[in-house]
Amino acid sequence: MAPADTVQSELNSPADVSPGEQLSQEEDGNHAAASNKVLEVTSLRKYFPILRGFFRRQVGEVKAVDDVSFHVVRGETLALVGESGCGKTTTGRCVMRAIEPSSGSVIFRKRDGEEIEVTTLTRQDLRSVQQFMGMIFQDPFSSLNPRLTVLEIIGEPFVTRKLIRNRRQLEERVAELLRSVRLDPTYMRRYPHAFSGGQRQRIAIARALALDPDFVVADEPVSALDVSVQAQILSLLKELQTEQHLTYLFITHNLSVVEYLSDRVSVMYVGQIVELGHTQSIFRRPRHPYTEALLSAVPVVETGKTGRRRERIILEGDVADPANVPPGCTFHPRCPYVQDVCRVEEPQLVDLAGANGNQPHYVRCHFAEELDLQGVRSTVQ
Amino acid sequence: MSQSPLLLSVDNLATHFFSQEGILEAVDGVSFDIHAGEALGIAGESGCGKSVTAQSILRIVPKNGKIVTGAISLLQNGESVDLVQLDDRGQEIREIRGGEIAMVFQEPMAAFSMVYTIGNQITEVIRLHQKCSQDEARERAIEMLQRVGMPIPEQTIDAYPFALSGGMRQRAMIAMALSCHPSLLIADEPTTAVDVTIQAQVLELMKDLQRDMGMALIVITHDLAVISELCDRVMIMYLGKDVESAPADVIFRDPKHPYTVGLLRSVPELGEGHTQELDPISGSVPSPYRRPAGCPFHPRCPEFIPDVCDVELPPQIELTGGHRVRCHLYVQD
Repeated sequence: MAPADTVQSELNSPADVSPGEQLSQEEDGNHAAASNKVLEVTSLRKYFPILRGFFRRQVGEVKAVDDVSFHVVRGETLALVGESGCGKTTTGRCVMRAIEPSSGSVIFRKRDGEEIEVTTLTRQDLRSVQQFMGMIFQDPFSSLNPRLTVLEIIGEPFVTRKLIRNRRQLEERVAELLRSVRLDPTYMRRYPHAFSGGQRQRIAIARALALDPDFVVADEPVSALDVSVQAQILSLLKELQTEQHLTYLFITHNLSVVEYLSDRVSVMYVGQIVELGHTQSIFRRPRHPYTEALLSAVPVVETGKTGRRRERIILEGDVADPANVPPGCTFHPRCPYVQDVCRVEEPQLVDLAGANGNQPHYVRCHFAEELDLQGVRSTVQ
Repeated sequence: MSQSPLLLSVDNLATHFFSQEGILEAVDGVSFDIHAGEALGIAGESGCGKSVTAQSILRIVPKNGKIVTGAISLLQNGESVDLVQLDDRGQEIREIRGGEIAMVFQEPMAAFSMVYTIGNQITEVIRLHQKCSQDEARERAIEMLQRVGMPIPEQTIDAYPFALSGGMRQRAMIAMALSCHPSLLIADEPTTAVDVTIQAQVLELMKDLQRDMGMALIVITHDLAVISELCDRVMIMYLGKDVESAPADVIFRDPKHPYTVGLLRSVPELGEGHTQELDPISGSVPSPYRRPAGCPFHPRCPEFIPDVCDVELPPQIELTGGHRVRCHLYVQD
């Protein structure tokens, strides 16, 4: 195989400079490059035990997240994409410690440069760190407490953390937050049921941004919304990112949304990252057969303008069971390019950038260099 | 398409729901035709009445709902039956349901009973509609499961629905729907609950089956791309009205109604890149209990004409090439 290192040694080395960093600074030393990473996740694992019988004996484990490493640069959007059960949501929750990871390290860097190892924090310390992290959930119908008014929902973080004690001040801050998500502040005394799905999602976003976080985990924030409203929320998220210099970890299964919103993308399959790199380059030329199949599976509206009817790759079978992962490459039972080696040997996540001198592009495939895979044909120059 | 004989004709259908909050006009004056072997897509956002339209055809509208006006004529062997006139629990409609017209639901987990094997449930349908023995029915069920690409059908036929994966369950659902060779299959959001790669499988399967079995298809979805993959004709609904309908290649290339234009523009498209501008429709779908006067879309419409759109419901305008639109911007030529 060509000159390429395994990801473990590569991820923490100074050579790893992502496109976001290249843009935001003129390379003044490796230390600065490192401190630009809001989040650094290394070898994150989450195994859920499978318990059976009266004594709750452990009979196996579900490898929901299995050795996942990535970082997020300040101001960028990293998308985690994959099908259900691939571990994208679990990864997002482990990063926030909404779920306790089994092992691995999550380093969060505050705006002042202070580094915090999130996985070893005590409950109390965790609360002070979670202030810098917001979370937006998929379903705005279940993520807002129906018994609280909008004022109480958005104001809750200030009250529980005793940040604002004055009622008037609280109302002013909530009004400001509502305006930032383009909602009328006079609605703040209403209950969630009075709002449509899109408006509720705006309230959920205002709540996530209440404590002025650096970093927001958005877990399928538009999947439960109507088509015409999805676009409003996506545009809002993009605008808020520029206005408030937010960093997003965006979890979704929708590849069109990934392309629209994210700078870099990490494709996950059965608990592992199979491809990670710059969104544009991965979508133009995927290097992992699974990414190719995912891109090809997305139905497109035939406007007849471009006439880009593509040869569709249809994968056979279902996503592998994370409780019973196939040996070798986890994707081999469905892979159209499968070879003998794939059934036996597990491929490592390697950086192809060494081979072509471009931005880092990690792929977990034995034949990443040989295969000529088809991406999305661009309709713009 | 127009050469093949007419199969189903829906004329001015209106289905309303009566509740304490008032009258909900879920479907209000919808008309369309389906010819044998044709695929029609009905698209729209939540509350537009697309599912209630399907329920009205099969006469499975929930209890508080009622078909108030309109006719649904099903042409069988040269005879026309008005489904609206049938007793919704009578023998006739029960023979049509699952026999002549079958339906695939969004959530296969909810459509199957948990306590019977899928084989049990498929053979039940077959034996209800066709005279045959238990063994024959079982054989046909296996054949059907094989046809929808179920691996080892001889074994999976004895599996319970919960033991199957989402994609397999959807296949079993399709097998059950097709077991009596219906002339019309209604698929309500057939791929919304499954993953992208499974969606591709299911769409491919439905395309193949439709072609091979020569049946007509109504696909109900909010995803225009799914319709573009499967359908010959498209009908766009908004708050119970059919705002636009046209052949698929026409409507996606040259949408007329501002709502259709907005819908197409508000979906990010693969291949358009990071810089594409989304042009979302402002506001959101109003509560169906408070439907705006005049054109239901006027409060969100960028082309809104004061004193026209908010007063008068636009009539259906017939443009060239079977393109129909309900909008004041267009005049009958």
